[in-house]
Amino acid sequence: MTTQETPNMSLISLQNVQKHYGDYHALRGISVDIRAGEFFSLLGPSGCGKTTLLRTIAGFEDYDSGVVMISGQDMRGVPANKRPTNMVFQSYAIFPHLTVLQNVAFGLRKRNMSKADKIVAAETALDMVGLKGYGHRAAHALSGGQRQRVALARALVLKPKVLLLDEPLSALDRKMREQMQVELIKLQREVGITFILVTHDQEEALVMSDRIAVMFEGEIVQCDDPEVLYRRPNSKRVADFIGVMNFLPATCREEDGKKIATVAGLGEAEISEAQCPEGFPDGEATVGFRPETLTLLYEGQTATHREAPATIEEVVYYGDMTYYDVRFEGVETPVRISMRNIFGRDVLSVGSSVRVSWSPGALVVFR
Amino acid sequence: MKSLKTYAVFYLIFLYAPIFLLPLFAFNSSTVIAFPLESFTTEWFTELLTLSEMHGALLNSLKIAVTSAVLATILGIFAAMAATRYRFPGQKGIMGFIMLPLVLPEIIVAVSLLIVILRMGFSTGAWSVIVGHTLICTPFAIAILQSAFSALDPSLEEAAYDLGETPVSTFRLVTLPLVMPGIISALLISFTISMDEFIIAFFLTGAEPTLPVYLFSMMRFPKLLPAVMALGTILVVLSVLLIVIAEFFRRRGAKRTGSDAGGFL
Repeated sequence: MTTQETPNMSLISLQNVQKHYGDYHALRGISVDIRAGEFFSLLGPSGCGKTTLLRTIAGFEDYDSGVVMISGQDMRGVPANKRPTNMVFQSYAIFPHLTVLQNVAFGLRKRNMSKADKIVAAETALDMVGLKGYGHRAAHALSGGQRQRVALARALVLKPKVLLLDEPLSALDRKMREQMQVELIKLQREVGITFILVTHDQEEALVMSDRIAVMFEGEIVQCDDPEVLYRRPNSKRVADFIGVMNFLPATCREEDGKKIATVAGLGEAEISEAQCPEGFPDGEATVGFRPETLTLLYEGQTATHREAPATIEEVVYYGDMTYYDVRFEGVETPVRISMRNIFGRDVLSVGSSVRVSWSPGALVVFR
Repeated sequence: MKSLKTYAVFYLIFLYAPIFLLPLFAFNSSTVIAFPLESFTTEWFTELLTLSEMHGALLNSLKIAVTSAVLATILGIFAAMAATRYRFPGQKGIMGFIMLPLVLPEIIVAVSLLIVILRMGFSTGAWSVIVGHTLICTPFAIAILQSAFSALDPSLEEAAYDLGETPVSTFRLVTLPLVMPGIISALLISFTISMDEFIIAFFLTGAEPTLPVYLFSMMRFPKLLPAVMALGTILVVLSVLLIVIAEFFRRRGAKRTGSDAGGFL
């Protein structure tokens, strides 16, 4: 794959899409390209415009200006029932007066197929989502997870170019949700259809997506694959929204062409350009780092990079992991460190003095 | 607590005792409506069959009730959709005015309609009763249909549209079947209201009396009173039956869409 993208590589292309609800600016110039076969997520807190954007792609919402293209076709004026997209609704929107099979075959009604072929197609779709033999059940008698599967089958049976999922897992309990996450990824790989998922759950987005667009207040603030998003968030806000991020105050200066950050409690560190998504701040700055980039040093262990003394303030034991909140010398804000628990190694106790190993390369510098 | 219970019992007796007297005297062989009862008879019911004037009134009432119920329900569907599906300025005020006939004294509706009709140079008849009854039935139909429409998840309609249906076929395939119990319930309630209604019918019926108006005119002949009792008995039974059927359909609909929002019973 080349790094340069040609316009026809992207299945969906949004260019400067604007939308107002009265005085409220819901979408502020959204531009994004989504590739065919991609699992793409729109992630953000509630009210950030992610659902509005999804409904704009589906054709349920009109937009003020900008361009929405699907497979090279301008979607302006194309209603939802004429678009090559299908939607899985947050409430699933299963038709309660029909059977499961009738629900799944609903969209085939207008297709030029024999009745027998329609039934076969619907049953194949049900089989795909793990509901083989459920066809004759009444739809209103299904459980939440089953409704979710019927909604998926109902959309996938039409073989849309794009499947739009509006918070599809938010109504399920935790265990069911984790199971469905894995199933959805598998399903997406199997059918090869482009999935666009709307979610407010950053963990879900990280687990499922090829790429994630983080939205705040009607704007896409960062659009990257999960690893980049996690390791190199481009603003403090994104860093804070995705996973846990520690922040410490720092002062920055340039010396002999080297970029130096003096971090409170940690000391001096040489920073590369890539670690400064907002540009190198000369002077006051904030430095962010993930809990797993730090390690508590046990007796006899030496730091691979640098080390700093600290005191343990809080211990949260999770079985496989332990979270330590530590305080570096001379710093007010506690810092979270996550440690994998290893058999034969004791969990350290509150109040003990420890040495913490850290690496300058894991820091991200914000203005 | 105890006094509250006594109050409730007395209230129910006060409310229903007269209605229970109706069948009691309808099956009593004496022509005088008074205790003690004489012997059991179905004579008064057979007498009803011979009153051809009454048959005309019954037919009239049925025609009026069916027409008003259909009109009120159709108007109710539009109003309920406007109230639950759209937001527009002045919506609350408009809905309030539409619902006003619920509390407006019927005599005012009757007299003002009569004045308007006569002033416009029309003569009264079954059609004017239909106009009046549609007016008073529509708020009831709206109240029932509004609960049916608001219980309907709007994403169901969006899903049908998303799956390739047109707005019209979406209404036919999804909206209509899901609110059908509400529509049937609205039809039955409107029918019952129109069937029983007296004041508007009395003012606007002209030369073709409805059943309640005919019943009232029969009161002047003491000889016919037991037959009135028999007719009243039939009407009470039919009304209760219709309301029960209406409520059955409304509840079935509520169960299907998974929510129970309001209703009259």
